[in-house]
Amino acid sequence: MNRISRLAYLMAVYLFLYAPIFVLVAYSFNDSSYSMLWQGFTLRWYHSLIENIDLQVVAFHSLLVGVLAATGATSIGTLAAVSLYRYNFFGKKLLHALIFILIISPDIVIGISLLILFSTLKISLGFWSLLLSHITFCIPFVTVTVYSRLAGQDKNLFEAAKDLGATEGTIFRRILIPLLWPAIIAGWLLSFTLSLDDVIISFFVTGPEFDILPLKIFSMVRVGVKPEVNALCSVLFGLTLALVLAYQYCTWKKRS
Amino acid sequence: MNNIIELKGVSKYYHDHPVLQDIDLEVKNREFLTILGPSGCGKTTLLRLISGFETPSSGTILMKGKDVSELPAPLRHVNTVFQSYALFPHMNVFENVAFGLRCQHLPKDEIDHRVREALRMVKLEHLILRKPHQLSGGQQQRIAIARAVVNKPLVLLLDEPLSSLDYRLRKTMQMELKQLQSDLGITFILVTHDQEEALSTADRVVIMNHGLIEQIGTPRAVYEEPENLHVAQFVGEVNIFNAKVLAISPDTIEVEFEGKQFTLKNSKNFSEAEFLYILLRPEDLEVWGVNEVQNPENMYSANVVQVIYKGSTVDLILKLKSGTQILATQFFNEDDEKLDFRLGESVWVCWRSGWEVILANDTR
Amino acid sequence: MTQDKLFRTFSTTIVWFWLSVFALVPSFLLFMTSLLVHGDSELVRLQFTVDNYLQLFNANYLRVFLRSFLLAGACTVGCLLLAYPFSYLIARSADRYKGILLLLVVIPFWTSSLIRSYAIVAILKTHGILNTFLLWVGIIDTPIQMLYTDTATLIGLIYTLLPLMILPLYASIEKLDTRLIDAACDLGANKIQVLLKILLPLTLPGILSGCVLVFLPAMTIFYIPDLLGGAKTLLIGNIIQSQFLAARNWPMGATISVALTLLMSMMLFIYWRCYKHKKEPMYESY
Repeated sequence: MNRISRLAYLMAVYLFLYAPIFVLVAYSFNDSSYSMLWQGFTLRWYHSLIENIDLQVVAFHSLLVGVLAATGATSIGTLAAVSLYRYNFFGKKLLHALIFILIISPDIVIGISLLILFSTLKISLGFWSLLLSHITFCIPFVTVTVYSRLAGQDKNLFEAAKDLGATEGTIFRRILIPLLWPAIIAGWLLSFTLSLDDVIISFFVTGPEFDILPLKIFSMVRVGVKPEVNALCSVLFGLTLALVLAYQYCTWKKRS
Repeated sequence: MNNIIELKGVSKYYHDHPVLQDIDLEVKNREFLTILGPSGCGKTTLLRLISGFETPSSGTILMKGKDVSELPAPLRHVNTVFQSYALFPHMNVFENVAFGLRCQHLPKDEIDHRVREALRMVKLEHLILRKPHQLSGGQQQRIAIARAVVNKPLVLLLDEPLSSLDYRLRKTMQMELKQLQSDLGITFILVTHDQEEALSTADRVVIMNHGLIEQIGTPRAVYEEPENLHVAQFVGEVNIFNAKVLAISPDTIEVEFEGKQFTLKNSKNFSEAEFLYILLRPEDLEVWGVNEVQNPENMYSANVVQVIYKGSTVDLILKLKSGTQILATQFFNEDDEKLDFRLGESVWVCWRSGWEVILANDTR
Repeated sequence: MTQDKLFRTFSTTIVWFWLSVFALVPSFLLFMTSLLVHGDSELVRLQFTVDNYLQLFNANYLRVFLRSFLLAGACTVGCLLLAYPFSYLIARSADRYKGILLLLVVIPFWTSSLIRSYAIVAILKTHGILNTFLLWVGIIDTPIQMLYTDTATLIGLIYTLLPLMILPLYASIEKLDTRLIDAACDLGANKIQVLLKILLPLTLPGILSGCVLVFLPAMTIFYIPDLLGGAKTLLIGNIIQSQFLAARNWPMGATISVALTLLMSMMLFIYWRCYKHKKEPMYESY
């Protein structure tokens, strides 16, 4: 392959990946309700987004669950990574397996399993069931991120700290947290994005009184394409883009 | 009590696999003890037992006469310098060295004072604010030592501390370690697989293999009077011959090897044996050109197979009539300036009588 | 020292507690539910049976399984063919471009796949961009039905899952020592021989990881067929969803999920056997 055809191939795949998103963003500025043709620039749809109180409540729900789930998952996921790496305890292999299973399990299976759990425990579907589920499916991603950074560290560091008289608490606070900080932030951002984007699991575990953005979008989209949805999706896209760049910055910084 | 550490019948098993078997070792106060052995011989495990990172499967470890076998690492007055240095990458030099003192919650003034003192000792006061990745390997090494000695341990354990440094720096650091040890006046236990390092640093050397101690002695003793074949082979180069015993008396042994008979001193009081090992260090062999010798009665005839020039010495690989290859080291000296050996040249080889080492040969 | 034990117990207990309550117990409950009977008035009746599993062999379910398999398989093959040259080109591009090129792949991977699938709708609609474009160029003279076909579902799946194929492929191609290719060329191998004898065998772990990462979700992302395929394309994901929410037949939905999980575990097991000698866990490619 010569240079030009290589470049063309790369461009074609990138176009495939990005064209729909660009089209979506472009349409969110299109001054027409139904036509796919360009009718001129407008911010009308963004205005109606701002005025849509219902949608704002739903967006607030999503952000709330996202922040809480990311924080919960990051705490538990980090503890899990540290425990798995440093300690020997009862059922360690099973725990490893559970985390792996959580990662590869289809979302739909996780979703219905949790639905069955909540209905068995008579927990009503809504905020709490959603939050618990989101924390659960985010944990393995945090654990993997933190664990791989932990595995890249010199194991002697922890022995050296012990040798110098540090307790486990001190090692966690003074050695582990500072060393793992980039991975912890990255894990938080990843969890937040996953929580914000999740459709399938939320579909099963939330109730009618606690709606979140992806599900709202899903129900709106099923009815038909509306320019307002375009605007909403563009905003969300912008938000995730910012988070990805932040995440990349964290992981990039750890390398240099 | 002159022994700072005593190990009595210490064994360590991992999943029924013995790593250390029935180790007895006494470490004297203020000595520089070096543990030498090939990788996997159990030397690092021995160190970790002393530091408290492992507990023995059986046997006891005494420190200053007290049983510490079950005492965890932070409670023993022992500190370790790790092979990888294990400096905390997110802390600067000061914080690294101060870490142990802060764990003891000492007053700020005292910490500051002791850290500076420790850094002065390793001559790195000026780097106090650097991060570990901004230091060279040798500097990191010294910070690791400072971080350990600042806690004033009874014993400093060093786990292959010089193995990642280049040759020249390693030489310098060996001398510095020796100096530091006499300045501090504490016991050093150093683990290494490098026999040269072991011999040049140690007051006493412990030679280990397969989880057992093979020999303990001064560097000179282990080199010149190895107790068994493994020690002889591991410490320095050696030529080994299988000798058939012809006659044995309390004073002399008559042996035959490589087609010649010799009468050797029976310094180890062998009473009866059919076979013995005769060990000859390469530098104890003398090599003569065919024309230089009038009476080659007690000499072996050999051909030069390989000449390896080493600067101050020349190593020769020689092939005896029997086909056995041996190594001989010749020194340049003023009397004999031209150590000029050609490949294939015929030479005479002999050794200085009495410099041979005789070991029992149990394998036959 | 007791403090140390306390800390250790505290952290392991939290982790254990959470994962057993929200991962282990639900899996167990899912399995139990699959053995129960669907009631008329209540969700499940406490009566054990294996009927649900026997029903799986009903032609309707088998057809869905087969269809999901084929569609997921086609999606995997499509992703692989598209991604391999692409990953190769990125891995072999200059170092200073690599980061940005890879970032451009990662961004769609992070953004909501629901939004991205919705974006595809805009393109594939009868009066959407693609038809308008094709009409304008003159390739077609009447708009063709693209949305609500199997092809649309397939495109949507490939589009959504492509980054999951590119990332592990990139990782394994990047790791490959280019001198091996040079050596092969030096020894007289032609391009096809280099591909078949050097590149493919050495990047096989990446290929397998990518295929697993694409194939497994492809069978269950129910909203993509929902949005793009209309009601006609039924995947396993859709069937589980409708059993739970429309038919309210939880035991049957659970049974299908268990069957799906077993099927996937079997495939993962095969995958494992394929490269057991590689110690790194698959999920490191994330």
